[in-house]
Amino acid sequence: MIKAEWFYWLVGAVFVAMAAQMAVDRTNPKRLGSAAFWGLLGGCFFYSGWVVEKKAPAEPLGVAVLAMVCLGGFQLTGRGVPRTTTPEQRAASAARLGSRLFVPALSIPLVAVVCASAVKHWHIGGEPVLEAGSETILGLGFGAIVGLLVAMAVVRERRAAVPLHAGRSLLESMGWALLLPQLLAVLGSIFQEAGVGTQVGKITEQVLPEGQKYVAVAVYCVGMALFTVIMGNAFAAFPVMTAAIGWPVLIEQMHGDAPAVLAVGMLAGFCGTLVTPMAANFNLVPAALLELKDQYGPIKAQIPTAGALLVCNIAIISLFAF
Amino acid sequence: MIVLLGVLVVILGFATRRNPLLVVGVAGIATGLLAKLSPQEILAAFGNGFASSRSVTIFVITLPVIGLLERHGLQEQARILIGRLGKLTTGRFLALYLLLRQLTAALGLTSIGGPAQSVRPMVAPMAEGAAERRHGPLPERVRERVRSYSASADTVGLFFGEDCFLAIGSILLITGFVNTTYHTHLEPLQLALWAIPTAVCAFLIHGFRLLRLDRSLDHDLAAPGGRSAAEGSRTAEEAK
Repeated sequence: MIKAEWFYWLVGAVFVAMAAQMAVDRTNPKRLGSAAFWGLLGGCFFYSGWVVEKKAPAEPLGVAVLAMVCLGGFQLTGRGVPRTTTPEQRAASAARLGSRLFVPALSIPLVAVVCASAVKHWHIGGEPVLEAGSETILGLGFGAIVGLLVAMAVVRERRAAVPLHAGRSLLESMGWALLLPQLLAVLGSIFQEAGVGTQVGKITEQVLPEGQKYVAVAVYCVGMALFTVIMGNAFAAFPVMTAAIGWPVLIEQMHGDAPAVLAVGMLAGFCGTLVTPMAANFNLVPAALLELKDQYGPIKAQIPTAGALLVCNIAIISLFAF
Repeated sequence: MIVLLGVLVVILGFATRRNPLLVVGVAGIATGLLAKLSPQEILAAFGNGFASSRSVTIFVITLPVIGLLERHGLQEQARILIGRLGKLTTGRFLALYLLLRQLTAALGLTSIGGPAQSVRPMVAPMAEGAAERRHGPLPERVRERVRSYSASADTVGLFFGEDCFLAIGSILLITGFVNTTYHTHLEPLQLALWAIPTAVCAFLIHGFRLLRLDRSLDHDLAAPGGRSAAEGSRTAEEAK
Protein backbone atom coordinates (compact mmCIF):
# COMPACT_ATOMS: atom_id res chain seq x y z
CA MET A 1 0.00 0.00 0.00
CA ILE A 2 1.28 3.43 -0.88
CA LYS A 3 0.96 5.67 2.17
CA ALA A 4 0.23 9.40 2.27
CA GLU A 5 3.02 9.73 4.81
CA TRP A 6 5.64 8.82 2.17
CA PHE A 7 4.41 11.69 0.09
CA TYR A 8 4.72 14.09 3.03
CA TRP A 9 8.33 12.92 3.40
CA LEU A 10 8.89 13.71 -0.27
CA VAL A 11 7.49 17.24 0.25
CA GLY A 12 9.68 17.60 3.36
CA ALA A 13 12.71 16.47 1.35
CA VAL A 14 11.94 19.04 -1.36
CA PHE A 15 11.81 21.79 1.30
CA VAL A 16 15.09 20.65 2.86
CA ALA A 17 16.80 20.47 -0.55
CA MET A 18 15.57 23.97 -1.44
CA ALA A 19 16.71 25.23 1.98
CA ALA A 20 20.18 23.82 1.30
CA GLN A 21 20.26 25.72 -2.03
CA MET A 22 19.13 28.88 -0.22
CA ALA A 23 21.81 28.62 2.46
CA VAL A 24 24.55 29.05 -0.16
CA ASP A 25 22.69 31.58 -2.35
CA ARG A 26 24.71 34.79 -1.86
CA THR A 27 22.23 36.87 -3.87
CA ASN A 28 19.73 36.52 -1.01
CA PRO A 29 20.44 39.16 1.66
CA LYS A 30 18.65 37.05 4.27
CA ARG A 31 19.84 33.66 3.11
CA LEU A 32 20.36 32.17 6.58
CA GLY A 33 16.91 33.22 7.81
CA SER A 34 15.33 31.85 4.64
CA ALA A 35 17.26 28.59 4.88
CA ALA A 36 16.28 28.24 8.56
CA PHE A 37 12.59 28.87 7.80
CA TRP A 38 12.28 26.42 4.91
CA GLY A 39 14.63 23.86 6.45
CA LEU A 40 12.57 23.91 9.64
CA LEU A 41 9.39 23.53 7.61
CA GLY A 42 10.87 20.52 5.80
CA GLY A 43 12.02 18.98 9.08
CA CYS A 44 8.55 19.48 10.57
CA PHE A 45 7.04 17.56 7.65
CA PHE A 46 9.13 14.52 8.64
CA TYR A 47 8.67 14.83 12.42
CA SER A 48 4.89 15.32 12.02
CA GLY A 49 4.58 11.72 10.84
CA TRP A 50 5.55 10.44 14.26
CA VAL A 51 3.32 13.01 15.99
CA VAL A 52 0.30 11.84 13.98
CA GLU A 53 1.04 8.23 14.98
CA LYS A 54 1.57 9.39 18.59
CA LYS A 55 5.10 7.97 18.62
CA ALA A 56 6.66 11.34 19.44
CA PRO A 57 5.56 14.27 21.63
CA ALA A 58 3.87 17.20 19.86
CA GLU A 59 5.44 19.94 22.01
CA PRO A 60 8.78 20.16 20.13
CA LEU A 61 6.81 20.52 16.91
CA GLY A 62 4.84 23.37 18.52
CA VAL A 63 8.12 25.10 19.40
CA ALA A 64 9.31 24.70 15.81
CA VAL A 65 6.03 26.15 14.46
CA LEU A 66 6.35 29.19 16.73
CA ALA A 67 9.98 29.60 15.60
CA MET A 68 8.76 29.66 11.97
CA VAL A 69 6.09 32.20 12.94
CA CYS A 70 8.83 34.44 14.36
CA LEU A 71 11.17 33.96 11.37
CA GLY A 72 8.37 34.82 8.94
CA GLY A 73 6.55 37.36 11.12
CA PHE A 74 9.62 39.50 11.85
CA GLN A 75 10.68 39.57 8.19
CA LEU A 76 13.80 37.45 8.66
CA THR A 77 13.26 35.63 5.38
CA GLY A 78 14.15 37.02 1.97
CA ARG A 79 14.62 36.02 -1.63
CA GLY A 80 17.54 35.61 -3.95
CA VAL A 81 17.93 36.66 -7.56
CA PRO A 82 16.76 33.69 -9.61
CA ARG A 83 18.99 32.40 -12.41
CA THR A 84 16.52 32.14 -15.21
CA THR A 85 16.04 32.62 -18.92
CA THR A 86 15.84 36.04 -20.64
CA PRO A 87 12.52 37.27 -22.07
CA GLU A 88 13.94 36.70 -25.59
CA GLN A 89 14.85 33.10 -24.80
CA ARG A 90 11.39 32.53 -23.40
CA ALA A 91 9.69 33.99 -26.45
CA ALA A 92 11.85 31.82 -28.73
CA SER A 93 11.13 28.75 -26.66
CA ALA A 94 7.38 29.51 -26.62
CA ALA A 95 7.46 29.87 -30.40
CA ARG A 96 9.28 26.55 -30.73
CA LEU A 97 7.25 24.51 -28.24
CA GLY A 98 3.87 26.19 -28.73
CA SER A 99 0.94 24.78 -26.83
CA ARG A 100 2.91 21.61 -26.00
CA LEU A 101 4.00 23.67 -22.97
CA PHE A 102 0.54 23.18 -21.49
CA VAL A 103 0.67 19.38 -21.65
CA PRO A 104 2.84 18.78 -18.54
CA ALA A 105 0.82 21.32 -16.54
CA LEU A 106 -2.43 19.66 -17.57
CA SER A 107 -1.14 16.20 -16.73
CA ILE A 108 -0.99 17.11 -13.01
CA PRO A 109 -4.75 17.52 -12.46
CA LEU A 110 -5.46 14.70 -14.92
CA VAL A 111 -3.36 12.16 -12.99
CA ALA A 112 -4.76 13.46 -9.70
CA VAL A 113 -8.35 12.96 -10.82
CA VAL A 114 -7.61 9.50 -12.25
CA CYS A 115 -6.06 8.45 -8.94
CA ALA A 116 -8.95 9.88 -6.94
CA SER A 117 -11.61 8.17 -9.05
CA ALA A 118 -10.19 5.00 -10.69
CA VAL A 119 -6.97 3.92 -8.95
CA LYS A 120 -8.87 4.34 -5.68
CA HIS A 121 -10.65 1.05 -6.36
CA TRP A 122 -7.56 -0.98 -7.27
CA HIS A 123 -6.45 -3.69 -4.88
CA ILE A 124 -3.35 -5.88 -4.71
CA GLY A 125 -3.55 -8.92 -2.47
CA GLY A 126 -6.69 -7.62 -0.75
CA GLU A 127 -5.00 -4.32 0.15
CA PRO A 128 -5.85 -1.05 -1.60
CA VAL A 129 -2.99 0.28 -3.74
CA LEU A 130 -3.43 3.79 -2.34
CA GLU A 131 -3.99 4.48 1.35
CA ALA A 132 -7.74 4.77 1.92
CA GLY A 133 -8.92 8.36 2.32
CA SER A 134 -5.75 9.89 0.91
CA GLU A 135 -6.25 9.12 -2.77
CA THR A 136 -6.49 12.77 -3.85
CA ILE A 137 -3.33 13.77 -2.03
CA LEU A 138 -1.42 10.82 -3.40
CA GLY A 139 -2.86 11.55 -6.82
CA LEU A 140 -1.50 15.06 -6.64
CA GLY A 141 1.90 13.63 -5.73
CA PHE A 142 1.90 11.23 -8.66
CA GLY A 143 0.56 13.99 -10.91
CA ALA A 144 3.45 16.23 -9.94
CA ILE A 145 6.01 13.49 -10.57
CA VAL A 146 4.45 12.58 -13.93
CA GLY A 147 4.13 16.28 -14.80
CA LEU A 148 7.80 16.84 -13.98
CA LEU A 149 8.96 13.92 -16.13
CA VAL A 150 6.75 15.03 -19.04
CA ALA A 151 7.94 18.62 -18.64
CA MET A 152 11.59 17.60 -18.66
CA ALA A 153 10.96 15.56 -21.81
CA VAL A 154 9.05 18.38 -23.53
CA VAL A 155 11.67 21.05 -22.84
CA ARG A 156 14.59 18.55 -23.16
CA GLU A 157 16.00 19.26 -19.71
CA ARG A 158 18.08 16.52 -18.08
CA ARG A 159 19.34 18.15 -14.88
CA ALA A 160 16.99 17.73 -11.91
CA ALA A 161 18.58 20.78 -10.24
CA VAL A 162 17.01 23.10 -12.85
CA PRO A 163 13.33 22.48 -11.97
CA LEU A 164 14.28 22.47 -8.29
CA HIS A 165 15.88 25.90 -8.68
CA ALA A 166 12.92 27.20 -10.72
CA GLY A 167 10.50 25.90 -8.07
CA ARG A 168 12.57 27.47 -5.33
CA SER A 169 12.30 30.95 -6.79
CA LEU A 170 8.51 30.54 -6.91
CA LEU A 171 8.66 29.39 -3.29
CA GLU A 172 10.77 32.39 -2.27
CA SER A 173 8.38 34.78 -3.98
CA MET A 174 5.50 33.32 -1.96
CA GLY A 175 7.60 33.54 1.18
CA TRP A 176 6.14 33.10 4.63
CA ALA A 177 2.57 33.44 3.26
CA LEU A 178 2.88 29.76 2.38
CA LEU A 179 2.68 28.85 6.08
CA LEU A 180 -0.44 30.95 6.72
CA PRO A 181 -3.15 28.47 5.63
CA GLN A 182 -1.64 25.77 7.82
CA LEU A 183 -1.35 28.18 10.73
CA LEU A 184 -5.01 29.13 10.30
CA ALA A 185 -5.88 25.44 10.50
CA VAL A 186 -3.89 25.34 13.76
CA LEU A 187 -5.79 28.38 15.04
CA GLY A 188 -9.04 26.67 14.15
CA SER A 189 -8.12 23.62 16.20
CA ILE A 190 -7.11 25.79 19.17
CA PHE A 191 -10.41 27.69 18.85
CA GLN A 192 -12.15 24.33 18.94
CA GLU A 193 -10.21 23.11 21.97
CA ALA A 194 -10.92 26.37 23.78
CA GLY A 195 -14.61 26.18 22.90
CA VAL A 196 -14.80 29.32 20.77
CA GLY A 197 -17.09 27.66 18.24
CA THR A 198 -19.42 26.44 20.98
CA GLN A 199 -19.65 29.95 22.41
CA VAL A 200 -20.40 31.60 19.07
CA GLY A 201 -22.75 28.73 18.31
CA LYS A 202 -24.63 29.36 21.58
CA ILE A 203 -25.02 33.03 20.74
CA THR A 204 -26.15 32.14 17.23
CA GLU A 205 -28.71 29.66 18.55
CA GLN A 206 -30.19 32.33 20.78
CA VAL A 207 -30.40 34.77 17.89
CA LEU A 208 -31.50 32.28 15.26
CA PRO A 209 -35.11 31.12 15.31
CA GLU A 210 -35.24 27.35 15.95
CA GLY A 211 -34.92 25.14 12.88
CA GLN A 212 -34.91 28.02 10.40
CA LYS A 213 -32.67 26.30 7.88
CA TYR A 214 -32.64 29.01 5.22
CA VAL A 215 -32.03 31.78 7.72
CA ALA A 216 -29.09 29.83 9.12
CA VAL A 217 -27.64 29.32 5.62
CA ALA A 218 -28.01 33.03 4.90
CA VAL A 219 -26.35 33.95 8.21
CA TYR A 220 -23.42 31.62 7.45
CA CYS A 221 -22.88 32.98 3.92
CA VAL A 222 -23.39 36.64 4.75
CA GLY A 223 -21.24 36.17 7.85
CA MET A 224 -18.44 34.68 5.72
CA ALA A 225 -18.67 37.61 3.32
CA LEU A 226 -18.74 40.26 6.08
CA PHE A 227 -15.90 38.68 8.08
CA THR A 228 -13.90 38.51 4.86
CA VAL A 229 -14.56 42.20 4.16
CA ILE A 230 -13.20 43.04 7.62
CA MET A 231 -10.22 40.70 7.51
CA GLY A 232 -9.49 41.04 3.80
CA ASN A 233 -9.09 37.30 3.53
CA ALA A 234 -11.60 34.46 3.33
CA PHE A 235 -9.00 32.10 4.79
CA ALA A 236 -9.13 33.98 8.08
CA ALA A 237 -12.92 34.18 8.14
CA PHE A 238 -13.47 30.50 7.39
CA PRO A 239 -12.38 28.92 10.71
CA VAL A 240 -14.37 31.46 12.73
CA MET A 241 -17.66 31.26 10.82
CA THR A 242 -17.44 27.50 10.36
CA ALA A 243 -16.85 26.89 14.05
CA ALA A 244 -19.72 29.27 14.85
CA ILE A 245 -22.46 28.21 12.43
CA GLY A 246 -21.25 26.08 9.53
CA TRP A 247 -20.30 22.98 11.48
CA PRO A 248 -22.45 23.01 14.65
CA VAL A 249 -25.69 24.35 13.16
CA LEU A 250 -25.77 23.57 9.43
CA ILE A 251 -23.93 20.25 9.43
CA GLU A 252 -24.46 18.68 12.87
CA GLN A 253 -27.86 20.07 13.82
CA MET A 254 -29.50 20.29 10.38
CA HIS A 255 -27.56 17.42 8.73
CA GLY A 256 -26.34 19.47 5.78
CA ASP A 257 -23.93 17.81 3.36
CA ALA A 258 -20.51 18.85 4.69
CA PRO A 259 -18.56 19.27 1.41
CA ALA A 260 -21.39 21.32 -0.14
CA VAL A 261 -21.83 23.62 2.87
CA LEU A 262 -18.12 24.23 3.39
CA ALA A 263 -17.00 24.58 -0.24
CA VAL A 264 -19.81 27.00 -1.09
CA GLY A 265 -19.34 28.80 2.25
CA MET A 266 -15.74 29.51 1.31
CA LEU A 267 -16.92 30.90 -2.05
CA ALA A 268 -19.37 33.15 -0.19
CA GLY A 269 -16.29 34.51 1.54
CA PHE A 270 -14.70 35.18 -1.85
CA CYS A 271 -17.68 37.44 -2.63
CA GLY A 272 -16.46 39.53 0.30
CA THR A 273 -12.91 39.56 -1.09
CA LEU A 274 -14.21 41.08 -4.34
CA VAL A 275 -15.51 44.19 -2.59
CA THR A 276 -13.01 44.94 0.17
CA PRO A 277 -10.06 47.33 -0.10
CA MET A 278 -8.48 45.23 2.68
CA ALA A 279 -7.72 42.62 0.01
CA ALA A 280 -5.20 45.05 -1.41
CA ASN A 281 -3.41 42.55 -3.63
CA PHE A 282 -6.59 41.74 -5.55
CA ASN A 283 -8.33 45.11 -5.62
CA LEU A 284 -5.95 48.03 -5.02
CA VAL A 285 -2.81 46.67 -6.70
CA PRO A 286 -4.57 46.27 -10.09
CA ALA A 287 -5.88 49.83 -9.82
CA ALA A 288 -2.35 51.07 -9.19
CA LEU A 289 -0.86 48.93 -11.97
CA LEU A 290 -3.47 50.22 -14.43
CA GLU A 291 -2.82 53.82 -13.32
CA LEU A 292 -6.46 54.43 -12.44
CA LYS A 293 -7.41 57.75 -10.84
CA ASP A 294 -10.18 56.00 -8.93
CA GLN A 295 -8.43 53.33 -6.87
CA TYR A 296 -11.81 51.74 -6.14
CA GLY A 297 -12.57 51.30 -9.87
CA PRO A 298 -12.10 47.50 -9.89
CA ILE A 299 -14.17 47.15 -6.70
CA LYS A 300 -16.99 49.16 -8.26
CA ALA A 301 -16.89 46.91 -11.31
CA GLN A 302 -17.11 43.87 -9.02
CA ILE A 303 -19.79 44.88 -6.48
CA PRO A 304 -22.88 43.82 -8.51
CA THR A 305 -21.28 40.48 -9.41
CA ALA A 306 -20.29 39.86 -5.78
CA GLY A 307 -23.83 40.62 -4.55
CA ALA A 308 -25.49 38.37 -7.13
CA LEU A 309 -23.01 35.55 -6.44
CA LEU A 310 -23.61 35.76 -2.71
CA VAL A 311 -27.32 35.20 -3.39
CA CYS A 312 -26.40 32.29 -5.70
CA ASN A 313 -24.24 30.71 -2.99
CA ILE A 314 -27.04 30.96 -0.43
CA ALA A 315 -29.41 29.39 -2.96
CA ILE A 316 -26.96 26.59 -3.84
CA ILE A 317 -26.52 25.54 -0.19
CA SER A 318 -30.25 25.86 0.52
CA LEU A 319 -31.26 23.78 -2.50
CA PHE A 320 -28.58 21.12 -2.69
CA ALA A 321 -27.01 20.62 0.74
CA PHE A 322 -30.04 19.28 2.62
CA MET B 1 -17.48 33.76 26.86
CA ILE B 2 -14.05 35.23 27.53
CA VAL B 3 -12.44 32.90 24.94
CA LEU B 4 -14.11 35.01 22.24
CA LEU B 5 -11.40 37.60 22.87
CA GLY B 6 -9.21 35.40 20.66
CA VAL B 7 -11.47 36.19 17.71
CA LEU B 8 -11.15 39.87 18.59
CA VAL B 9 -7.34 39.55 18.47
CA VAL B 10 -7.61 38.18 14.93
CA ILE B 11 -9.95 40.94 13.79
CA LEU B 12 -7.89 43.72 15.37
CA GLY B 13 -4.66 42.24 14.06
CA PHE B 14 -5.87 41.97 10.49
CA ALA B 15 -7.65 45.33 10.68
CA THR B 16 -4.41 47.07 11.73
CA ARG B 17 -2.48 45.25 8.99
CA ARG B 18 -0.04 43.46 11.29
CA ASN B 19 1.89 40.55 9.85
CA PRO B 20 -0.70 37.77 9.51
CA LEU B 21 1.65 35.06 10.82
CA LEU B 22 2.17 37.01 14.04
CA VAL B 23 -1.54 37.84 14.36
CA VAL B 24 -2.57 34.20 14.03
CA GLY B 25 0.23 32.98 16.29
CA VAL B 26 -0.62 35.51 19.02
CA ALA B 27 -4.36 34.82 18.70
CA GLY B 28 -3.69 31.10 19.13
CA ILE B 29 -1.56 31.57 22.24
CA ALA B 30 -4.00 34.12 23.71
CA THR B 31 -7.02 31.88 23.13
CA GLY B 32 -5.21 28.94 24.67
CA LEU B 33 -4.28 30.95 27.77
CA LEU B 34 -7.82 32.36 28.10
CA ALA B 35 -9.17 28.81 27.97
CA LYS B 36 -6.76 27.96 30.83
CA LEU B 37 -4.60 25.58 28.80
CA SER B 38 -1.09 25.06 30.20
CA PRO B 39 1.90 26.22 28.09
CA GLN B 40 2.69 22.58 27.26
CA GLU B 41 -0.87 22.02 26.09
CA ILE B 42 -0.70 25.11 23.89
CA LEU B 43 2.57 23.95 22.32
CA ALA B 44 1.08 20.51 21.79
CA ALA B 45 -1.99 22.10 20.17
CA PHE B 46 0.29 23.98 17.74
CA GLY B 47 2.25 20.79 17.03
CA ASN B 48 -0.78 18.56 16.54
CA GLY B 49 -2.55 21.17 14.43
CA PHE B 50 0.49 21.52 12.17
CA ALA B 51 0.99 17.77 11.84
CA SER B 52 -2.57 17.04 10.78
CA SER B 53 -2.90 20.01 8.41
CA ARG B 54 0.15 19.25 6.26
CA SER B 55 -2.09 18.53 3.29
CA VAL B 56 -2.65 22.33 2.95
CA THR B 57 0.96 22.88 1.94
CA ILE B 58 1.60 19.95 -0.41
CA PHE B 59 0.79 21.87 -3.59
CA VAL B 60 4.44 22.98 -3.30
CA ILE B 61 5.28 19.71 -5.01
CA THR B 62 3.94 21.16 -8.27
CA LEU B 63 6.15 24.29 -8.16
CA PRO B 64 9.20 22.74 -9.87
CA VAL B 65 7.01 21.71 -12.83
CA ILE B 66 5.44 25.15 -13.15
CA GLY B 67 8.79 26.88 -12.61
CA LEU B 68 10.46 24.78 -15.30
CA LEU B 69 7.64 25.47 -17.78
CA GLU B 70 7.75 29.20 -17.04
CA ARG B 71 11.48 29.20 -17.78
CA HIS B 72 10.56 27.87 -21.19
CA GLY B 73 7.84 30.36 -21.99
CA LEU B 74 4.56 29.08 -20.46
CA GLN B 75 3.36 32.63 -19.73
CA GLU B 76 4.45 33.85 -23.17
CA GLN B 77 2.51 31.06 -24.83
CA ALA B 78 -0.58 31.89 -22.74
CA ARG B 79 -0.23 35.49 -23.92
CA ILE B 80 -0.03 34.41 -27.56
CA LEU B 81 -3.24 32.44 -27.14
CA ILE B 82 -5.02 35.40 -25.54
CA GLY B 83 -3.65 37.68 -28.23
CA ARG B 84 -5.62 35.76 -30.85
CA LEU B 85 -8.81 36.98 -29.18
CA GLY B 86 -7.92 40.63 -29.69
CA LYS B 87 -10.19 41.18 -32.70
CA LEU B 88 -13.43 40.95 -30.72
CA THR B 89 -15.50 43.74 -29.16
CA THR B 90 -14.50 44.85 -25.66
CA GLY B 91 -17.26 42.94 -23.90
CA ARG B 92 -16.88 39.73 -25.88
CA PHE B 93 -13.11 39.82 -25.50
CA LEU B 94 -13.35 40.26 -21.73
CA ALA B 95 -16.03 37.56 -21.41
CA LEU B 96 -13.79 35.13 -23.31
CA TYR B 97 -10.83 36.10 -21.15
CA LEU B 98 -13.00 35.47 -18.09
CA LEU B 99 -13.82 31.99 -19.37
CA LEU B 100 -10.18 31.26 -20.20
CA ARG B 101 -9.03 32.49 -16.79
CA GLN B 102 -11.63 30.33 -15.03
CA LEU B 103 -10.76 27.22 -17.02
CA THR B 104 -7.00 27.55 -16.57
CA ALA B 105 -7.40 28.32 -12.85
CA ALA B 106 -9.63 25.25 -12.53
CA LEU B 107 -6.69 23.23 -13.85
CA GLY B 108 -4.41 24.75 -11.24
CA LEU B 109 -2.69 27.21 -13.61
CA THR B 110 -3.41 30.20 -11.41
CA SER B 111 -0.19 32.09 -12.07
CA ILE B 112 -0.51 32.51 -15.83
CA GLY B 113 -2.88 35.44 -15.25
CA GLY B 114 -2.96 38.26 -12.72
CA PRO B 115 -2.82 42.06 -12.64
CA ALA B 116 0.92 42.21 -13.33
CA GLN B 117 1.29 39.12 -15.53
CA SER B 118 -1.65 39.59 -17.88
CA VAL B 119 -4.03 42.48 -17.12
CA ARG B 120 -1.62 45.39 -17.43
CA PRO B 121 0.48 44.11 -20.32
CA MET B 122 -2.30 42.51 -22.39
CA VAL B 123 -5.90 42.38 -21.29
CA ALA B 124 -6.49 46.05 -20.53
CA PRO B 125 -4.69 47.31 -23.67
CA MET B 126 -6.64 44.87 -25.84
CA ALA B 127 -9.97 45.76 -24.24
CA GLU B 128 -9.19 49.44 -24.78
CA GLY B 129 -8.00 48.75 -28.30
CA ALA B 130 -11.25 47.00 -29.12
CA ALA B 131 -13.28 49.92 -27.75
CA GLU B 132 -11.17 52.41 -29.71
CA ARG B 133 -11.55 50.42 -32.91
CA ARG B 134 -15.27 50.87 -32.57
CA HIS B 135 -15.65 54.29 -30.99
CA GLY B 136 -12.44 56.23 -31.59
CA PRO B 137 -10.45 57.81 -28.75
CA LEU B 138 -11.96 57.12 -25.35
CA PRO B 139 -12.74 59.84 -22.81
CA GLU B 140 -10.81 59.45 -19.54
CA ARG B 141 -13.88 58.25 -17.62
CA VAL B 142 -14.67 55.52 -20.12
CA ARG B 143 -11.04 54.43 -20.32
CA GLU B 144 -11.00 53.99 -16.52
CA ARG B 145 -14.15 51.94 -16.71
CA VAL B 146 -12.78 49.63 -19.40
CA ARG B 147 -9.60 49.12 -17.37
CA SER B 148 -11.55 48.46 -14.17
CA TYR B 149 -13.66 45.84 -15.95
CA SER B 150 -10.49 44.25 -17.32
CA ALA B 151 -9.13 43.89 -13.79
CA SER B 152 -12.49 42.52 -12.62
CA ALA B 153 -12.57 39.85 -15.35
CA ASP B 154 -9.21 38.60 -14.15
CA THR B 155 -10.07 38.59 -10.44
CA VAL B 156 -13.53 37.03 -10.80
CA GLY B 157 -12.13 34.40 -13.17
CA LEU B 158 -9.39 33.49 -10.72
CA PHE B 159 -11.57 33.38 -7.60
CA PHE B 160 -14.34 31.29 -9.07
CA GLY B 161 -12.13 29.04 -11.14
CA GLU B 162 -9.36 28.05 -8.75
CA ASP B 163 -11.64 26.31 -6.25
CA CYS B 164 -12.52 23.70 -8.87
CA PHE B 165 -8.87 22.59 -8.65
CA LEU B 166 -8.42 20.13 -5.83
CA ALA B 167 -4.97 21.19 -4.75
CA ILE B 168 -5.56 24.91 -4.31
CA GLY B 169 -4.89 26.56 -0.93
CA SER B 170 -8.52 27.33 -0.10
CA ILE B 171 -9.73 23.77 -0.74
CA LEU B 172 -6.87 22.32 1.25
CA LEU B 173 -7.51 24.83 4.03
CA ILE B 174 -11.07 23.54 4.31
CA THR B 175 -10.00 19.89 4.51
CA GLY B 176 -7.06 20.75 6.76
CA PHE B 177 -9.20 22.74 9.17
CA VAL B 178 -12.23 20.46 9.25
CA ASN B 179 -10.32 17.17 9.38
CA THR B 180 -8.07 18.48 12.16
CA THR B 181 -10.78 20.16 14.17
CA TYR B 182 -13.69 17.76 13.89
CA HIS B 183 -11.76 14.50 13.37
CA THR B 184 -13.68 13.72 10.22
CA HIS B 185 -12.51 12.88 6.74
CA LEU B 186 -13.30 15.16 3.82
CA GLU B 187 -11.64 14.61 0.46
CA PRO B 188 -10.46 17.64 -1.58
CA LEU B 189 -12.16 16.26 -4.68
CA GLN B 190 -15.64 16.39 -3.07
CA LEU B 191 -15.10 20.07 -2.22
CA ALA B 192 -13.70 20.92 -5.64
CA LEU B 193 -16.79 19.44 -7.30
CA TRP B 194 -19.05 21.60 -5.13
CA ALA B 195 -17.22 24.69 -6.37
CA ILE B 196 -18.49 24.06 -9.90
CA PRO B 197 -22.10 25.38 -9.53
CA THR B 198 -20.83 28.72 -8.20
CA ALA B 199 -18.19 28.83 -10.94
CA VAL B 200 -20.92 28.46 -13.57
CA CYS B 201 -23.01 31.19 -11.89
CA ALA B 202 -19.95 33.45 -11.77
CA PHE B 203 -19.33 33.00 -15.48
CA LEU B 204 -22.96 33.64 -16.38
CA ILE B 205 -23.34 36.70 -14.13
CA HIS B 206 -20.03 38.40 -14.76
CA GLY B 207 -19.99 37.34 -18.41
CA PHE B 208 -23.41 38.90 -18.88
CA ARG B 209 -22.24 42.11 -17.22
CA LEU B 210 -19.16 42.21 -19.45
CA LEU B 211 -21.33 41.82 -22.55
CA ARG B 212 -23.57 44.59 -21.24
CA LEU B 213 -20.45 46.79 -21.11
CA ASP B 214 -20.50 46.84 -24.93
CA ARG B 215 -24.02 48.20 -24.94
CA SER B 216 -23.28 50.82 -22.30
CA LEU B 217 -20.16 51.91 -24.22
CA ASP B 218 -22.32 52.20 -27.34
CA HIS B 219 -24.78 54.27 -25.36
CA ASP B 220 -22.20 56.54 -23.68
CA LEU B 221 -20.14 57.12 -26.81
CA ALA B 222 -22.99 57.34 -29.30
CA ALA B 223 -23.40 61.11 -28.87
CA PRO B 224 -20.48 62.25 -31.09
CA GLY B 225 -21.72 59.66 -33.60
CA GLY B 226 -20.82 58.64 -37.13
CA ARG B 227 -17.09 58.04 -36.68
CA SER B 228 -15.76 56.15 -39.66
CA ALA B 229 -14.11 52.82 -39.02
CA ALA B 230 -10.91 53.99 -40.72
CA GLU B 231 -10.62 57.02 -38.50
CA GLY B 232 -11.28 54.85 -35.46
CA SER B 233 -8.53 52.41 -36.24
CA ARG B 234 -6.05 55.17 -37.06
CA THR B 235 -6.59 56.73 -33.65
CA ALA B 236 -6.19 53.34 -32.10
CA GLU B 237 -2.77 53.08 -33.72
CA GLU B 238 -1.77 56.48 -32.42
CA ALA B 239 -2.99 55.71 -28.95
CA LYS B 240 -0.41 52.97 -28.59
